[in-house]
Amino acid sequence: MRKVAVVGAGMTLFRRRLQETGKELSFEATRMALDQAKMEIGDVDAVVHGTAPDAFDGVHMKGEYLLDGSGGTRKPYMRVFTGGGTGVFSAIAGYWHVASGLADVALVVNEEKMSSCQPHPQSVFAHIWDPILDRPLKPNLVWIFAMEMNRYMTVHNIPYEDIARVAVKNKRNAVGHPCAQLADPKITLEDVMNSEIMAWPVRRLDISPPSDGAAAVVLASEEVVKKRKLRDQAAWIKGVGWCIDSTMWTDRDLYFPEYVARAAKMAYRQAKIDRPKQQIDFAEPYDPFDYKELHHLEGLGLADRGKAGLMTREGVTERDGKLPVCPSGGLLGVGNPIAATLGIKIGELYWQLTGQAGKRQIPNEVHTGVCQAWGDLMQYGSVVVMGA
Amino acid sequence: MTANIARWPGAELGSKDLENGKVTTQRYRPDAKFAWSAGEAMSRFLAELQQGRLIARECKNCGRILFPPRMFCEECFRPTDEWVYVKDTGTIETYSISYLDTDARRITEPILVGVVSVDGASPKMGIMHYFGEMATGEIRIGMKVQAKWRPAESRVGSVLDIEYFRPLHGVDR
Amino acid sequence: MRVGIVGVGVTPFRPTTPEFSWKELMYDGAQRSYADAGIDPRSDVGSFITCAEDYYEGFGIFDEFTPDQLGAVLRPMHTVGGDGIQGLANAVMQIRSGLADVVVVESHSKASDILTFTGIVAHGLDPIWNKPLGGHPNYVAGLEMDAFLRGSGNRSEDCAAVVAANRQTALLNPIAAYGARVTKEQAAKSPALWAPLRQLDASTLADGCVVLVVAGEAAARKMRSEPVWIEGIGWASDSPSLETRDWVAPAYATLAAEMAYRLAKVRDPARSFDLAEVDDKFSYKELQHLEALRLARKGHAGKMARSGDLAAGGKLPTNVSGGSLGCGNVLEASGLHRVAEAALQLRGEAGRLQLDGVRRAVVQSWRGLPSASGGVAVLGVGR
Repeated sequence: MRKVAVVGAGMTLFRRRLQETGKELSFEATRMALDQAKMEIGDVDAVVHGTAPDAFDGVHMKGEYLLDGSGGTRKPYMRVFTGGGTGVFSAIAGYWHVASGLADVALVVNEEKMSSCQPHPQSVFAHIWDPILDRPLKPNLVWIFAMEMNRYMTVHNIPYEDIARVAVKNKRNAVGHPCAQLADPKITLEDVMNSEIMAWPVRRLDISPPSDGAAAVVLASEEVVKKRKLRDQAAWIKGVGWCIDSTMWTDRDLYFPEYVARAAKMAYRQAKIDRPKQQIDFAEPYDPFDYKELHHLEGLGLADRGKAGLMTREGVTERDGKLPVCPSGGLLGVGNPIAATLGIKIGELYWQLTGQAGKRQIPNEVHTGVCQAWGDLMQYGSVVVMGA
Repeated sequence: MTANIARWPGAELGSKDLENGKVTTQRYRPDAKFAWSAGEAMSRFLAELQQGRLIARECKNCGRILFPPRMFCEECFRPTDEWVYVKDTGTIETYSISYLDTDARRITEPILVGVVSVDGASPKMGIMHYFGEMATGEIRIGMKVQAKWRPAESRVGSVLDIEYFRPLHGVDR
Repeated sequence: MRVGIVGVGVTPFRPTTPEFSWKELMYDGAQRSYADAGIDPRSDVGSFITCAEDYYEGFGIFDEFTPDQLGAVLRPMHTVGGDGIQGLANAVMQIRSGLADVVVVESHSKASDILTFTGIVAHGLDPIWNKPLGGHPNYVAGLEMDAFLRGSGNRSEDCAAVVAANRQTALLNPIAAYGARVTKEQAAKSPALWAPLRQLDASTLADGCVVLVVAGEAAARKMRSEPVWIEGIGWASDSPSLETRDWVAPAYATLAAEMAYRLAKVRDPARSFDLAEVDDKFSYKELQHLEALRLARKGHAGKMARSGDLAAGGKLPTNVSGGSLGCGNVLEASGLHRVAEAALQLRGEAGRLQLDGVRRAVVQSWRGLPSASGGVAVLGVGR
């Protein structure tokens, strides 16, 4: 199997509403990633596109619609979609484009323009449910995450403070991120714990915001890295894993994300990691809600079950802690343009591993990182391990 | 190179910019309507709801009573074997007290909603539904509940034929 | 590494399937394919892929509703927002990358669940330039047909010949929904709803599911004495904008074919294949695609259709399955369906449709209006 590296990354600001169209956002992120990789679009053999529900942008087959902005015109162009899992999954698809030998350079572009959807991006989520079992109840997406959070807290007897601390950490971490939407250097635990209840136990500051944005990374084979002298700015993809759980979410015990554990196992096996706690230096788990960071750390095998909150309380997951988690600021701090979170998951691993993270650079030397995204009806895990 | 990049693209807009016409917008409402065939399993499930009953399917290979019912067992990947009635009582596996409606608008009277695993089906097998006749301070995981059915004449073959689940007193675990 | 097709499952295509939910339809297709391959999806499959578009399904995130009925619970699985041949390309890449040995590729159409198909297609148009114009979106095909006929020198009668041939051959295909004794004259006189495109030039929607099992060479040889090899695969897109794409020679088809031919080492496509299955969601598309794939010289595809070169026993039997015009338009499953038809021909299991001595076939797909994307697969047996 061929080795594959990330050699450039780009992203736009993440904001509640951006003036640029989806095509323009895709273009901006793509252009930046190409510039960083010292490449032109002609150097790209294939394009992989990731974007979540069509209804956000308001175009059927929106992968087709966005393809010129993403550099896909007259190229092999592939859209993959695994709900929120797309944020990391599209890079996995990009990986197999290069690892298979079908492409030497693949561009991965993820875009989301949620603000186009009226009256609120949440309206789209009315259409993600089973039409017979769920839709008649008119569910709001926050409901089921509140149910998952409640189950997780109750089974392990986790105090809410330990969960709210994640929001504080990530919004503070985001202060160093130039694209961040909700960075807040002064936020306190009390702010989160006293923010208004949305769907108990979820409060307003437990949730990441809807955002517009785009991100892109350039993947290249080892030969291309050598030939173009990109070794100093290359971070290698060491392992990839993905997994989907049953559609029947009301038949599963939500306290543990088994799908993440399986995806991680797959990625770790490829990366030759058998003791993740010792071998992984930092992590970018998917954190659209604060409890999800903890839930996912446990799924990734970086925390014992029910103990991720304790690690947060003890400062282990701070940027200068033993296992920095979401040094980017995560979705909670930087924003949540669903698929475009590629920029703060794969993108952050890339920038940290190549020492380009600026103010966000982890003070300890890092060699191996893991990132993960989560999607569908609390059922999808996509995991990538990268190394310097 | 985040440290070296001077300009991060993106022009932020506020809602005022739209209202005041600072930017042009294009409105479009798609004509997208669907009517899903319920299929074999869900058709029977809905017909039974109208009769005030809950029904499941049994897989004789793994021995599970699958609820909601399906014609195939996703674990064994074989057709399920028999229809089995299950009870309209169950246990709250998890819940939320929601101050948001479907469009994320705030509401003052909260909605109690969660997952009920039903008695007679395999462990953890249940459905999402509303809860009623209980205070927000009263609801908890592990609480025993029973379906509050709509009157027979107003049932239409829908999960809404159950109005909500309410406390089943005296048999709490 | 070579990748082979070891399992083929196709449900009968029907105008409507009220007896099945989309899940039960997919389960039916999967069972057929797994039985054909002799595998248990719970233990023998490394990865699952489904090819689907959300607005065709009526869901915001259709990926949620895919794993159970394919045996993919707690397994690697993902959705491709694309055609079945694009899904097949992902399977080939996963296998060549060493990520999986055996991959299942599924695609289906439950078009009968869609009440407003025209509205969905219109929703695919550019929101600023095209949507405000309104109208039935098949006007796009009418414009393209006009440009193609003028630019290539083919004639609208040739398109009528395609309609008649595909509808008639579909009578021999037990899975086809729209086999009929439609004549050239009938096709040429049907109402020109989007002139020059006539009513019978457009395929009709059908429900159906196609599931393929593919495997790396070593695994494939263990599972089947003669797998159908995917010798080459390619996919490409032209500009999404109607105003700037090539309306005469579709770049998506030309580029996808170049890629597939390169991998399969095909130098002279017109003489390399015993069978072609190319997209015919509209009749003129068959001719346009034959030329883009260099299976016909520019301006000659129509003549081939007229002279019987494309019929069973002709120079290059094309769409002898009945194609989309005869079997029905199964949306994203269209390309995968034609791969399945070609695989059955290569295995000698095509029943009354069976041609003599089929050793190598080319299959091409197009995602339908208003896209300019598609794929090409070169399939073969032996060696």
